[in-house]
Amino acid sequence: MTTTTAGQTTGPEDNPLVEGLERLPVHPTALVIFGATGDLARRKLLPALYNLAHEGALPERFGLVGSARSEMTDDAFKQMAIQSVREFSRRAPDEKVLAKLFADTRYVIGSFDDHEVYEGLTDALDELDKTAGLSLNRCFYLSTAPRFFPVIVDCLGRHDLADREHAEVRVIIEKPFGRSLEEARKLNARVLSVFDELQVFRIDHYLGKETVQNVLALRFANNMFEPLWNRNYIDHVQITASEDIGIGSRAGYYDSAGALRDLVQNHMLQLVSLLCMEPPVAFEADAVRDEKAKVLRAISAPRPEEVAQMAVRAQYAAGTVAGADVPGYHEEEGVPEDSQTETFAALRLEVHNWRWAGVPMYLRTGKRLARKVTEIAVTLKPVPHVAFQAPQMSTGVRPNVLVLTMQPNEGVSLSIGAKIPGSRMAIRTVNMEFLYGTAFLSQSPEAYERLIIDAMRGDATLFTRNDEVEAQWRICDPILKTWETMPWPLPEYPAGSQGPAEARNLLIGDSRWRMI
Amino acid sequence: MSTTDAVWSEQDTTPSAIEAALRRLVVECHAATEQCVPARTLNLVCVVDREWSGEIANRLRRVGRYHASRTVVCAVEPHRRTIDAQATISVGGDTRAGEFAAMRELVVVRVGEHHLHDLDTIVDPLVVTDLRTAVWSPHGHPEAVDALTTGRAGGTPIAQVVLTDAVDEPEVGAALARACELAERSEVVDLAWLRCTPWRERLAAAYDPPARRSELHTLSKVSVRYRRDSLVSGLLLVGWLCSRLRWRPDQLTRHGELLRGRARARRGEVELRLEPVDEMSTPGLAGVETRSDRGTMLALERGEGGLTARRREPAKRRGDDVFEHVWTVLGASRGEPGILGEGIRHALMVDPTFKPALMAARRLLGQRQ
Repeated sequence: MTTTTAGQTTGPEDNPLVEGLERLPVHPTALVIFGATGDLARRKLLPALYNLAHEGALPERFGLVGSARSEMTDDAFKQMAIQSVREFSRRAPDEKVLAKLFADTRYVIGSFDDHEVYEGLTDALDELDKTAGLSLNRCFYLSTAPRFFPVIVDCLGRHDLADREHAEVRVIIEKPFGRSLEEARKLNARVLSVFDELQVFRIDHYLGKETVQNVLALRFANNMFEPLWNRNYIDHVQITASEDIGIGSRAGYYDSAGALRDLVQNHMLQLVSLLCMEPPVAFEADAVRDEKAKVLRAISAPRPEEVAQMAVRAQYAAGTVAGADVPGYHEEEGVPEDSQTETFAALRLEVHNWRWAGVPMYLRTGKRLARKVTEIAVTLKPVPHVAFQAPQMSTGVRPNVLVLTMQPNEGVSLSIGAKIPGSRMAIRTVNMEFLYGTAFLSQSPEAYERLIIDAMRGDATLFTRNDEVEAQWRICDPILKTWETMPWPLPEYPAGSQGPAEARNLLIGDSRWRMI
Repeated sequence: MSTTDAVWSEQDTTPSAIEAALRRLVVECHAATEQCVPARTLNLVCVVDREWSGEIANRLRRVGRYHASRTVVCAVEPHRRTIDAQATISVGGDTRAGEFAAMRELVVVRVGEHHLHDLDTIVDPLVVTDLRTAVWSPHGHPEAVDALTTGRAGGTPIAQVVLTDAVDEPEVGAALARACELAERSEVVDLAWLRCTPWRERLAAAYDPPARRSELHTLSKVSVRYRRDSLVSGLLLVGWLCSRLRWRPDQLTRHGELLRGRARARRGEVELRLEPVDEMSTPGLAGVETRSDRGTMLALERGEGGLTARRREPAKRRGDDVFEHVWTVLGASRGEPGILGEGIRHALMVDPTFKPALMAARRLLGQRQ
């Protein structure tokens, strides 16, 4: 990718010095974090900035401005940022780098609808430009509660902060992007009335994970999979994102969201689109996102009467996890007694296109399940004829399963039938395993490190485009609306289990849910 | 952090016996801890003098997570006729349920000097087939490196990568000539080159804003300061600029401690200057300064928390002040243990700019190509 606008990725034809460098330069940038004292900023964003600084990956001129409602001086914010890095960074910080990183950091206090905040930001950003002696690109990171997204975007527009001459302005928007299709459309309309789509970076941090990106590498850098990657050879796909923990202290957020909004609408549908997309012409933002959007458009939005057959929701009841008794969802602190929020969701989807017609895509996610795992399991169709007929010989002949694991053990495994040593032709399934940690010397960067630097660079490949977001809501919205009208209480599953028995009803034919 | 070790050793042994022992140790380790799996990334063959093998082992221990998956240390003793070997497989860390731990495989083979010409026949069974193999020979022994990087009877060589540190060589010209010779048949990862990487990144970044890219073609002077033992890093950095910007360098001349010369660029001549400094604790570069015929200056110096950058621009109008800014380009120093780890990591990569930079560096020394 090569452009000549400020901050875009450059190629050797523009700057001959970048050839052969692992890290391409990023245009000098000022980053403004709205919600800079919040949990996400403290746990993820500030440590990610530190790690980028440690690696020498930040732009050569970099300025940080935090903004939030908390009463705080510049110095207090710097101390909070330093403390956050010490507490949450993936590596022990080099104190000299840490001190330098936040030395000139500014903090602008106020409510996000207060015009003084934006005047304060304008002053702080102009000062950073003056100090640098050039127009820095500007990135506004919206790490706030979602209700502030439209407010902030409007204010940025009104205060002439949404574009500038000789430099780029970008806005990074955290999830959730709306709570429904209607909200997502309204939010997109508000955002795009101020910013051009090229300036908007909607974060889905799953896409920043190395192993998620590896789905594309596996599919499009290996000739052995592509011929099999279609309805002729694939029986079904299961995507699982399970957690063994409960909602912890996030009852306020989680009870208003639920499992479908929290994980399926964004992360899991992104995984479906990466798994099912056609090869892009190039690994460039719009080429990749065009293909992903096509997949999402090929998934029908269910009619209300279809929802019960293709979607299951449930809540966890008290149970045992890792040998310890844990409370049910309704007993968790902050959860209303009459909450109907699902902590488990499972769906059966189908991608209606030539490649995937008739292949069920099973998705499930939940809290307080047997263990934490995120994986995509692609089950191939069985062999057409089993030559090993005698029962004692054929018990092990199973369809091949290709499993792409995102966490905890990042890697790929393929189950294959192999002969058990001995005089009989007895078969059992064995796994061919590839684990990232054993094959590469580098430590994977945190997803946020990759995404922040990509946004600063203007590369939107790993961000969700407006049409993708709306296509995702188009699939989930009818399910949520139907669930709202369905009688309660919800089905339950014991904490620490494989999920509710009702999830089995989604499966077609002989399929079974994989063990979590 | 606990460590599980499986150890095997034998005196007067053979490569096949060592290879069989390694296979057995992997099975034993896996039987003891199902979560441990063999790492399969890179073979590293180290050829070291026996008496200094402890120091090398220490350096390898300090590379942290960038260790090779199988390391074969050939400890050379002058008059040894037989082969002794010890193989160790370690599994580090407390692994939780559902997680895995990668094995580290270390084979120490004691060989004699007379084995070195045919070292490939000893090492061949000991490296994991189909993995990339790097050879590092910090105490010389070029015959061993040649044996591992030249295919026997025209066949495929065992090592595809030579890890080297030209700073360790006593004579700069010979170091560059040897690197060039090796680069003809293998990929060369020179730690002296890797020490230039942060400087290359920062120079690339400094001239990356669109308004500054054209300045690259107006550069009129480049000054590089280096630790007294790291002239080769300075030469490689200047060689890199020459090759990337298509300058044709002339041979440098010595003026006391200074090396000075010129390169011909499309728009005119570029003055080159290399100067040693004494106050540095680690090998590598101390500073880089570029000036353009537009009157701009960029200086990068080692500093706390990264590189200290200084940029000066001439006054735009008569009476205006000269514009000067000083800032820190953030980045943590890797230190010397880190640079070896970087070298091992780079054994998996290809840097297409090294060889042209090396060629240009040789021209700076007046060496014929």
